[in-house]
Amino acid sequence: MSDFKHTELLRFTTAGSVDDGKSTLIGRLLYDSKSIYEDQYEAVRLTSERRGEAEVNLALLTDGLKAEREQGITIDVAYRYFSTPRRKFIIADTPGHIQYTRNMVTGASTANAALILIDARNGVVEQTRRHAFIASLLQIPHLVICINKMDLAGYSEEVYERIRQDFEEFSYKLDVKDVHFIPLSALRGDNVVEKSPNMPWYGGPTLLYYLEHVHIGSDHNFIDCRFPVQYVVRPYSDEFHDYRGYAGRIAGGVFKKGDRVMLLPSGFTSTIARIDTYDGELEEAYPPMSCTILLEDDLDISRGDMIVRENNQPRVEQDLEVMVCWFNERPMQMGGKYTVLHTAREARCIIKDIRYKLDINTLHRNLEDKDIRMNDIARIAIRTTKPLFFDSYRKNRITGSLIFVDEATNETVGAGMII
Amino acid sequence: MSYHLHHLKELEAESIFIIREVAAQFERPALLFSGGKDSILLVHLAKKAFYPARLPFPLLHIDTGHNFQETIEFRDKLVQELGARLIVGSVEDAIRRGLVAEEKGYNASRNYLQTAVLLEEIEKNRFDAAIGGARRDEEKARAKERFFSHRDEFGQWDPKNQRPELWNLFNGKKHFGEHFRVFPISNWTELDVWMYLAAEKVELPNLYFAHRRRVFERDGMLLADTDFIPKRPEEEAAVREITVRCRTIGDMTCTGLWLSEAASIEDIIAEVATARKTERGSRADDKRSETAMEDRKKEGYF
Repeated sequence: MSDFKHTELLRFTTAGSVDDGKSTLIGRLLYDSKSIYEDQYEAVRLTSERRGEAEVNLALLTDGLKAEREQGITIDVAYRYFSTPRRKFIIADTPGHIQYTRNMVTGASTANAALILIDARNGVVEQTRRHAFIASLLQIPHLVICINKMDLAGYSEEVYERIRQDFEEFSYKLDVKDVHFIPLSALRGDNVVEKSPNMPWYGGPTLLYYLEHVHIGSDHNFIDCRFPVQYVVRPYSDEFHDYRGYAGRIAGGVFKKGDRVMLLPSGFTSTIARIDTYDGELEEAYPPMSCTILLEDDLDISRGDMIVRENNQPRVEQDLEVMVCWFNERPMQMGGKYTVLHTAREARCIIKDIRYKLDINTLHRNLEDKDIRMNDIARIAIRTTKPLFFDSYRKNRITGSLIFVDEATNETVGAGMII
Repeated sequence: MSYHLHHLKELEAESIFIIREVAAQFERPALLFSGGKDSILLVHLAKKAFYPARLPFPLLHIDTGHNFQETIEFRDKLVQELGARLIVGSVEDAIRRGLVAEEKGYNASRNYLQTAVLLEEIEKNRFDAAIGGARRDEEKARAKERFFSHRDEFGQWDPKNQRPELWNLFNGKKHFGEHFRVFPISNWTELDVWMYLAAEKVELPNLYFAHRRRVFERDGMLLADTDFIPKRPEEEAAVREITVRCRTIGDMTCTGLWLSEAASIEDIIAEVATARKTERGSRADDKRSETAMEDRKKEGYF
């Protein structure tokens, strides 16, 4: 596959409201990177014309469902794709209004980078803080603060610097590793794909250049070996009579043939006999590969078990402290029972305590208010019916995350990050 | 130490994960096979997911009866090589039984009728998950589709009430009578599919490559000259034989053909990489209205 030019996949999320020019920015990225087809462009041009708009409205390129077009809003996460010779990009495009915290959390859960839009005329507002907080809560490795509409702020360096300082003043409280600021105009195309001649004082990269070059090689955990068993492959054929392979996706660390490993929950140890794929054996396997592990010993292993290293084990516990984002119209029930999905493992849990509810605008911890409703974020304590094999979310986004499922409706009602 | 995957290998790993998740979470899944490149890719990925075991689910083909002969031949050969089970839901048969009524007029198509037949097969076989080859880059209604897409007991999709999907945790829980549509190649683009099929040397129907065919033009689209499509006298008079290929393969009544000399998969990649129109731009079924796909999906279309 080395003949093909794209080398890496980068997933990013965009946060901002309609007014911040988020749709225009995405439209601009798609259009300037030549990812828009003639028939799509033509449809948008006609609509702009029909609406009496002076220029082709690139924001219309991201318009989704009929219901949204009628109401002029985005109701859900939409995924968009474009690529350059260096990378393929997946955009999780999420709406920014307050009632859609859950969509932002959803889009952020798999992102390598988050784009946060700020209107240069308004500076850092409540919504900016909320978006930055969610990006830090979800541990998105790279944050790009796009100070948009610079054309309406006279392309002023002072405006840019002031917003940058304002942002840094509150972001020191957040847990973000890498923050980058870019002054741009999505409407005019300044610093999106082409370097802007209007802001000679800015010496940094354009947005696209940044996205193409930001180092994402360390975004996975390559240290702590975790292999949740997803499915057991048993061919029952003459040729592969005794074949018993443990299929799954590497959640952390690097596994090699010959490694001594330990099985959870049994605690038995064995050695990796082989790492199989359809294309042949692998010498080593690392995230986010899907493969099949075969062991030297015949052990009883099933879905939901985990293969780890003896000297580097996850936590194996039934009592967990979790940051939860609630997704459902039915509020979280204190003492309520839910199904928990964690890696390939399923358990039931009881909500034992609501430690505090977090005000996502001020980061204030409210110890009194225990009413957890849709779009609320809270720290809770749960107890599961059987032990989970987990790491803190900070250490590993795969083994540190879980979802709550309502046992009556089967809906996904909450997302949890283990502390 | 630097570990990173080629983006196609990462997409492959994601799709294999989803396919295995279906086998693990559902009792009676099926793979929707149309004979097009996306479903051929799905079958290839499913082979990888369960190797060295066989596919743990059957293939389900909803046959409009208006397929290209090549599609059916290719399907039967593939099924035989896989040692898989094939279930065919016939639209022709459903019309005869009166389940659905044939559309009338020049633009009559059986595309819309597939939905009822698909839902009938799902019910009859008690399938609880149908794996499909839809991609989010295809169409705006599909951009909002989940990997695991819940359908109620009428097979309907409710875009406003989808289950959030986070990390790699997929909630396939359902009530009796409900089912899921699962789309493992959601994140692939048309170009990704072609590059991967080329790299993997996957065999494809000849329809995708340039070939001589008798065609006529309608609404700016080239359609195959076949008894399945009634032609107006002026269209009849303008039938000509030229070199074309399919960019997507649906049934003959709604698959537009492209003027193309692309004879190999490498030629196709070069063509797709520089194409100025979307692939569904050649699908008559999407052209019926601006929200044709959204409307059909809500009712239970693929």
